[in-house]
Amino acid sequence: MKKNQKTPHLLDTPLSVINVGLESFSEDLKSQNVATLHIDWSPPAGGDPVLGDLLSKLGA
Amino acid sequence: MEEIGKVIDQANEQALGVLLSGEPVLVDVVLAADVIDGLKEKIILHAGPPIKWNKMCGPMRGAICGIAVFEEWASNLNEAEKLASQGSLEFAPNHQFGCVGPMTGMTTSSQPLIVVENQHYGNRAYCTINEGLGKVMRFGGNDQTVLERLSWIKNELAPLLGQALRRAGGIKLKPLIARGLTMGDEMHQRNVACSSLLLRELAPHMAAVAPETETLARAYSFIASNDQFFLNIAMAAGKALTDPAYGIKGSSMVTAMSRNGTDFGIRVSSTGDRWFTAPVEMPQGLYFPGYSESDANPDMGDSAIVETIGLGGFAMGAAPAVAGFVGAGAASQAGLYTKNMAEITLGENKSWTIPAMDYLGVPTGIDIRRVVEANISPTINTGIAHKEPGIGQVGAGVAKAPMACFQKALRAFAEQMGVK
Amino acid sequence: MTFLLNVVQHNSYADSVALMRLSDKISGSPGVKEAAIMIGTPANKEILATANLLGGDGQSAGPGDIILAVRAVDQNTANRVIAGWESELNKKAEGLSATEIWRPKTIRGAFEQQSDASMAIISVPGPFAIAEARKALTRNLNVLIFSDNVAIDEERAIKEEAKSRDLIVMGPDCGTAIIQGKMLGFANSVPNGKIGIVGASGTGIQEVSCLLAHMGHGISHAIGVGGRDLTEQVGGISTLTAIDLLEKDPQTDHVIIISKPPSEKVCSKILSKIERSSKTFTVCFLGSPLLQLSSNARQATTLELAALLAANQEIKPINSVSKNTGAAKRILGLYAGGTLAAEAQIILIDHGFSVTSNAPVPGALPIGSGNLQHTIIDLGADEYTQGRPHPMIEPSVRSAPFLKACDDPTVGAILCDIVIGNGAHANPAGLLISLLSDLDHPPIFVSVTGTNQDPQGRDSQMKLLESAGCTVASSNAEAARMAISSILPA
Repeated sequence: MKKNQKTPHLLDTPLSVINVGLESFSEDLKSQNVATLHIDWSPPAGGDPVLGDLLSKLGA
Repeated sequence: MEEIGKVIDQANEQALGVLLSGEPVLVDVVLAADVIDGLKEKIILHAGPPIKWNKMCGPMRGAICGIAVFEEWASNLNEAEKLASQGSLEFAPNHQFGCVGPMTGMTTSSQPLIVVENQHYGNRAYCTINEGLGKVMRFGGNDQTVLERLSWIKNELAPLLGQALRRAGGIKLKPLIARGLTMGDEMHQRNVACSSLLLRELAPHMAAVAPETETLARAYSFIASNDQFFLNIAMAAGKALTDPAYGIKGSSMVTAMSRNGTDFGIRVSSTGDRWFTAPVEMPQGLYFPGYSESDANPDMGDSAIVETIGLGGFAMGAAPAVAGFVGAGAASQAGLYTKNMAEITLGENKSWTIPAMDYLGVPTGIDIRRVVEANISPTINTGIAHKEPGIGQVGAGVAKAPMACFQKALRAFAEQMGVK
Repeated sequence: MTFLLNVVQHNSYADSVALMRLSDKISGSPGVKEAAIMIGTPANKEILATANLLGGDGQSAGPGDIILAVRAVDQNTANRVIAGWESELNKKAEGLSATEIWRPKTIRGAFEQQSDASMAIISVPGPFAIAEARKALTRNLNVLIFSDNVAIDEERAIKEEAKSRDLIVMGPDCGTAIIQGKMLGFANSVPNGKIGIVGASGTGIQEVSCLLAHMGHGISHAIGVGGRDLTEQVGGISTLTAIDLLEKDPQTDHVIIISKPPSEKVCSKILSKIERSSKTFTVCFLGSPLLQLSSNARQATTLELAALLAANQEIKPINSVSKNTGAAKRILGLYAGGTLAAEAQIILIDHGFSVTSNAPVPGALPIGSGNLQHTIIDLGADEYTQGRPHPMIEPSVRSAPFLKACDDPTVGAILCDIVIGNGAHANPAGLLISLLSDLDHPPIFVSVTGTNQDPQGRDSQMKLLESAGCTVASSNAEAARMAISSILPA
């Protein structure tokens, strides 16, 4: 799985945001010139709690 | 929990590696009876997961009757239908016998089959020769013209192709497909570039072995007039690439996707030969003049094996022209479909890259976990058949693999992994 | 009786799919029986013939031509269709039409695209927030969780996981942060400076940072930790991490900690950390009893005092307001900001009032029956926000209770907060005063948490409120004091 090789320092590492949820946050960040990628999010497994639970246990 | 995640990740890495490291080579054309054990009398292999006569759609039934007459198990179509409905004919999926077939996918003992060998793992996969467009058996056609064409393919074209291939020492398909991708093919709805490249490679060998020029001319003409000639070869390549990836315990990678016009079935590496099925969906697309959605047959064929190896709908970014069938966007949006598929796959195939997407490798190795999680179903580019047998293709479009297949597979996979 | 028309465009090529789409568009039009545009190959001509669309002209077309074929109710309709097609075909490609930007569907997909990502901001519905946060942490991202309605044991687990990876989870229920000068969530445009804030609540951070701004002091960073971080169950994990971060930050000289009172164990962990620190601290645990602090720390009982202490202002005696000598009517507070509601309660309690609230501070009571209850409502509390937007985002949530309060004869003064800034409503003052036109109402005391650099503009919001007859205070604490003054007998 791809992950950040260096642990980002909250107060130091340049902000680069993945926004999951309200699009307005994404717009606010972009207007402050923060690199932001907005996700077209929808609940995992279409919101099915049983499948969602299975997925989290299967390392998804 | 993290342990299981690691086990699955490792198994998937292995499975994807097997898929990506295959070397498919088109080596021969052979008679089905010579290579497939168990293809005895009155067994008909069909596309898709297992299905009974009374559940089959119109085109499938039409094809079955036609092939029964071709094999001389019945003297006419009516007799053939009686045999079928009485249970005197046995039906089985192509996949179960190392084969694949487009649309109705009829495979029987006297059919000539192209042979693709995966030279990295030594396994072989088979598919019939593409009959061409219009009134053909893969769309349920079964009249005299259809059977005569099948006879010609068997008696004249197949031997010529087989000899030519053997003389050529086989044709490597991975680089050929790579070229096709740079020329606007995606190997499911669009095969014209690969069909042309193939003919170019084969032509000198065909000319060298043809008994006389008329045979050669007929063979050239047949292949050259069929934009979809390469489809069957791409499908056999898909089967040859995925077969070695069966049965890797812990892998959630999809090894087959297939439809029989009634049910859609998938197979997953860890659960081996098991089918996970759900009713097929209707393709969404554009229709030839005179036809509309009310004429359409539900989704059908083993050709979704092509998406299973990262081509077809997954490679839409290489074939912007095809994107128009989706109806949702301009040709410039084709890449979005490929990016969508990247959400549900394990990796990309660096041997098959899409220039317009900065040489992104086609997204490969569908992970059932990701399909269910993201609620994104594999996009399959497909032809649309008329629901009445024997009329032929009436359009082309996009079909989605039913989410229910993946949900079922996920539950079975979880159970196998001991996760509740 | 139908009319068939074939027009052939010679030496023309267009993609077969594009042509199909064009003909598809026309097929359903009124007066059109059948229509098709196809390249003139033999196979296509056969298709056209079968569909009764091939006429003489089309018959003579070759594979290098395009056939436009239509069967319509009359010649005029047919001509119109052909003309429409011809103009489409001859239109030069206008370049990309409606370019859709790729949007990833999952954190995994997003990370593939932006692998230098350093933070995930999560504001999905509560039940899904932790799973998403976990996906972010496993990819080595810091996390801000805006979502609330998250189970507290899950909060603990995710914060343990963050700690083990040297990362921080800000939240859940973290609405505000200012990191490296950037506003995350609801925050105000305040100057850059040397004071760091660790806040278990958004509006607390907002009020303190704005009051400091009014005094000419700036913020280095404001780290939100979520409302429950300092509970026994969560153990202050994020707060302790935040203090460590600010400790090591060369920009920060002084740290303010804002929260409801922590649990005893968490409190002592924090105080020991403060003791070992080389920086100075202002500790504002709203409603907490007097604490034993090390010499580098001072305690503030209100947000207002926290700002004053951090700014090292002389604590001048605040406009003395009498204690409660028996008010005839009650004060009703309707708050969008939870910590502002808490501050209001503390000020009332300090002045000898018995206060009830749906989010009572120590010393306040839960809302009961009984008539003359001074009541402070936190409209952002969980019971109000289940499945509904937070009043900071949608202030109209306050409208109904506000109108009810205006109508309530027992209410002698209404207390309100107006919070502006990034992410807040475009004109919360305007919304409030629109409720007041032609309305009889008790005196309204309000403050505006914000600065003039915020898009709404603090001064203009204050003017709007004043013009509608509200009394505008310079801080939330001041507003509470003014409300108290107004209901006490002279």
